[in-house]
Amino acid sequence: MSLRDLAYQDAANPWFSWDYIRTNSSTILDALGEHVTLTAEAVAVAIVVAVPLAVVAYWYRPLSGPILALSGVLYTIPSLALLAFIAPAVGPTKSTSVLIGLVLYALLLIIRNTLAGLNQVPREAQEAATGMGYSRWGRLLRVDLPLALPGLLTGVRLATVSTVALVTIGALIGKGGLGNLILGGFRNNFFKAQITTGTILCVLLALVLDLILIFAGRALTPWSRRAR
Amino acid sequence: MNVVQEAWVYLNDPLNWTNSGGILDRLGEHLTISGAAVGLGLLVAWPLGIWLGHTGRGGGLVVLLSDLTLAIPTIALLTILPLTFLGFGKPPIIVALAVFALPPLLANAYTGVRQVDPETRDAAKGMGLSGWQLLRRVELPLAVPYLAAGFRTAAVQVVATTALASYVNGGGLGQIIAEGFGLGISAAGGQILAGGVLVAALALLVEGALALVERLATPAPLRPARRRADRETIATGAA
Repeated sequence: MSLRDLAYQDAANPWFSWDYIRTNSSTILDALGEHVTLTAEAVAVAIVVAVPLAVVAYWYRPLSGPILALSGVLYTIPSLALLAFIAPAVGPTKSTSVLIGLVLYALLLIIRNTLAGLNQVPREAQEAATGMGYSRWGRLLRVDLPLALPGLLTGVRLATVSTVALVTIGALIGKGGLGNLILGGFRNNFFKAQITTGTILCVLLALVLDLILIFAGRALTPWSRRAR
Repeated sequence: MNVVQEAWVYLNDPLNWTNSGGILDRLGEHLTISGAAVGLGLLVAWPLGIWLGHTGRGGGLVVLLSDLTLAIPTIALLTILPLTFLGFGKPPIIVALAVFALPPLLANAYTGVRQVDPETRDAAKGMGLSGWQLLRRVELPLAVPYLAAGFRTAAVQVVATTALASYVNGGGLGQIIAEGFGLGISAAGGQILAGGVLVAALALLVEGALALVERLATPAPLRPARRRADRETIATGAA
């Protein structure tokens, strides 16, 4: 609680304890593994669903309003309510319940940013591609999507970072990855070392994944680096 | 009887509304906690954001804060703060939720003041307005759409995250869902679903009401700017 407590490893209930980490390393690694898996699955599924929706919204302008509005409403629904809708239908002990909620949340971020990226594709590039004889799909895959990649990647980064934080909500049904440590620590006589370990790992995971995506983005869009 | 029917039965029972710890009690707690958290966030974020925008400094700080809070799980702050000097009860929950209300409030206040046309600012200075007068008579009125958009985003987000207070037994409508999960799906599936409906309905209602407030607070000539203000808030996310 105070600095003095932090200094003494022997404090009864320290905020941070190597001893806790050493004796519980397998539990911590399991929680971390579950966290990473849920995040990766959720973001992957969200990309697969969101990018085609963004393309549909890009091709058929009148649909972009409804698509954005629907994903916006899903985004407004509190995560706990979403869990309450999904868990009774899917099964409360399955991590699928958490996964579906995470995907629905990540959708809006990816759709909005991908669409913004697509809308920024220069008109000249589109016309040049059409003039060179690209079909609609050819232009999409070779010109529009590559040029929209920075927007898409921004969406994926935002979705990943917020998903890492959001996975913890699943702790209510015991499927929250590191959230299980945080909530479990709170319920287990306010075990501070467990709470802070879960929190620190969570923030670190978000940071590491964000950095990985930034580097992946640089590798995928060499032209944007040259421009700067 | 399926879960949907059970949820209807739960909601249709007047005692579930009026009992102590019933829906009305929980709604009261929910609104009290949310209101206090938004209020606390406003007290901190608006003066700071407006000041930073006026002086044109600290843009990096605003971005850093929103990036950082995006990565911190809500339940981490909800479990950590009660173990600090704040003690148990409502104060730590209100502070935790206020922290997550800061980024949209701060970012919009900053952008709102910052986006004022430099020519307008120069004209005001040329007319002999002091820095304080410039802020009060020119920058603040022009920032109103942004302030309103930030308020709406923050308030909706806080009302949504207040549901998570139930993880630490902090009250609010989320408590109905958490209690249901505690009893198990087979025993209380209806209660869980009913709680979900209530929490979602409240969030959507607040969103709709504040969208109206935002519109009313925005003078007609500034309305096209509202869309821009909305887009500014994307990056700050929600919980």
